[in-house]
Amino acid sequence: MQGNGNLLMKELIVISGKGGTGKTSLMAAFASLAENKVLCDADVDAADLHLIMDPDVIRCAVFQSGNTAVINIDRCTECGLCREMCRFNAISADYIVNSINCEGCGVCVHFCPEKAIDFPENTCGEWFVSDTRLGPMVHARLGIAEENSGKLVTLVRQEARKLAEEKKLELILTDGPPGVGCPVIASIGGASAVLIVTEPTVSGKHDMERVTQLAEHFEIPAMICVNKFDLNLDMTRDIENYAKAKGLSCSGRIPFDPVFTKAMIQAQTVFEYDGQSPVGEAIRSTWQRLSEKLGLSKIAHHD
Amino acid sequence: MIISVASGKGGTGKTTVSTNLALSIGSRVQLLDCDVEQPNAHLFIHPVFEHTETVTTPVPEIDMDKCTLCGKCGELCEFKAIVVVGETVLAFDELCHSCGGCMAVCPENAITEKGRELGVIQKGHYNGIEFIHGILRVGEAMSPPLIKAVLSYRDPAKLTIVDAPPGTSCPVIETLKAADFVLLVTEPTPFGLYDLKLAVGAAKILDIPCGLVINRSDIGDEKVKAYAANENLPILMEIPFDRRIAEAYSRGEMIVAVMPEWKAKFLELYKKIKARIN
Repeated sequence: MQGNGNLLMKELIVISGKGGTGKTSLMAAFASLAENKVLCDADVDAADLHLIMDPDVIRCAVFQSGNTAVINIDRCTECGLCREMCRFNAISADYIVNSINCEGCGVCVHFCPEKAIDFPENTCGEWFVSDTRLGPMVHARLGIAEENSGKLVTLVRQEARKLAEEKKLELILTDGPPGVGCPVIASIGGASAVLIVTEPTVSGKHDMERVTQLAEHFEIPAMICVNKFDLNLDMTRDIENYAKAKGLSCSGRIPFDPVFTKAMIQAQTVFEYDGQSPVGEAIRSTWQRLSEKLGLSKIAHHD
Repeated sequence: MIISVASGKGGTGKTTVSTNLALSIGSRVQLLDCDVEQPNAHLFIHPVFEHTETVTTPVPEIDMDKCTLCGKCGELCEFKAIVVVGETVLAFDELCHSCGGCMAVCPENAITEKGRELGVIQKGHYNGIEFIHGILRVGEAMSPPLIKAVLSYRDPAKLTIVDAPPGTSCPVIETLKAADFVLLVTEPTPFGLYDLKLAVGAAKILDIPCGLVINRSDIGDEKVKAYAANENLPILMEIPFDRRIAEAYSRGEMIVAVMPEWKAKFLELYKKIKARIN
């Protein structure tokens, strides 16, 4: 590949709509098959990929974003203007800011006649560049109850891209968050494609439809994969029919198999846990279709 | 009383627990689905909806006849949602947090507010259960104001069961804030445990008592139980893996409908929660 990897580099985001469909386990299995890639965990709110990848952190940085108001009691005259103007109910009757309610809008800071309100920057989490046995990885940890997960998602994606350019790797394989809100929007913008991992349940289908609409809204090509497909074959067909009607390619069906949980407990991908497991073939052919769609170089076979 | 059902990790069975709990208790109950990004409870409860409303959040509207392009609004806005560019003011509604700062700071009173649609709230009934959920508009990033709007339907005369979104960031915190008890649904796997610890952390930050339901309790290892013992977290219910439950779930059927013997277990769960709050 040429030095300018920008045009050739692909970024695949694995999302699901519904949580718990097997996104991260499947993504880890793909990591066993894909070559020349950077792994990226963009589910910063409940990041789990590191539990399988066991990363060696080589770089760690603090993520700062947004601000929180802090009232300086010595200067405060309790005039009440801040309480009146705050739309987030963040200032108590005794002029203490509830940092959980504080939106960081700075309205109180600006309008306080005594300039008695400080506005320090928040430390919301950390992000890491690591080495793993399956390649370099960028991941993060958002502090509990912290905001700005969307910004942290954008940051880890940027860092993954930088790393891929630096190391001339052709693929960024990203584990995305569940849902359709702020962190998901931040995860998929500008990606080469999304893979929607769903399950054949009423809720799996419902959530898959919503996240498909989201991908459509942002004009990101989407592919679909039904995990645990044998739990409900009719529902699997319904999902695939919906996907086809929407012009999405169906990249595969993965059977229900407790091997995913067993592998997770050993901190291994399913291929590392059992190279011969029946799900292995389904995952391999799914990955084959995905890499063809993405236009990746031919993959080597790990047997 | 408000019982919020949360999890950290997605897909552990929050909706299963909240819907079956609500249906088992049956009367003087409301179920609020606050997972507005992916509301699912209605797929199991099948309420008849009798009321729908659009929820909006205020964003600035600029009267360019009054605006002098002084730029004070842009200086104040922490979210870069309003900015003076050349001879005009650009407002980026999707970045706006509705703090009202620009309107308050404008010396010309050139800014008023209009509504930006976040999504809808639907209200209905099923078998004596009052059901309310919010549906975030696809493409909308900001869920907390919609969650707040769903929670505003809380009826203090009833038991309120809240289905929370996964994770531990703003949407979850917005949902849990008002709760008297947080019921954490987890599974005995490394992912389940790791995310459970985050969810317990969130409940601690908010200072709300919590207890666990271990779903698919026999699929993994013993580490969730060890953690619970260590942290003094009560395990209030265990639901073993049963393909019948998984298949019924896939069709949108409730555990208590397919296996009626579970109703007593959910009532027992409710009793244990009540005892913990009082």
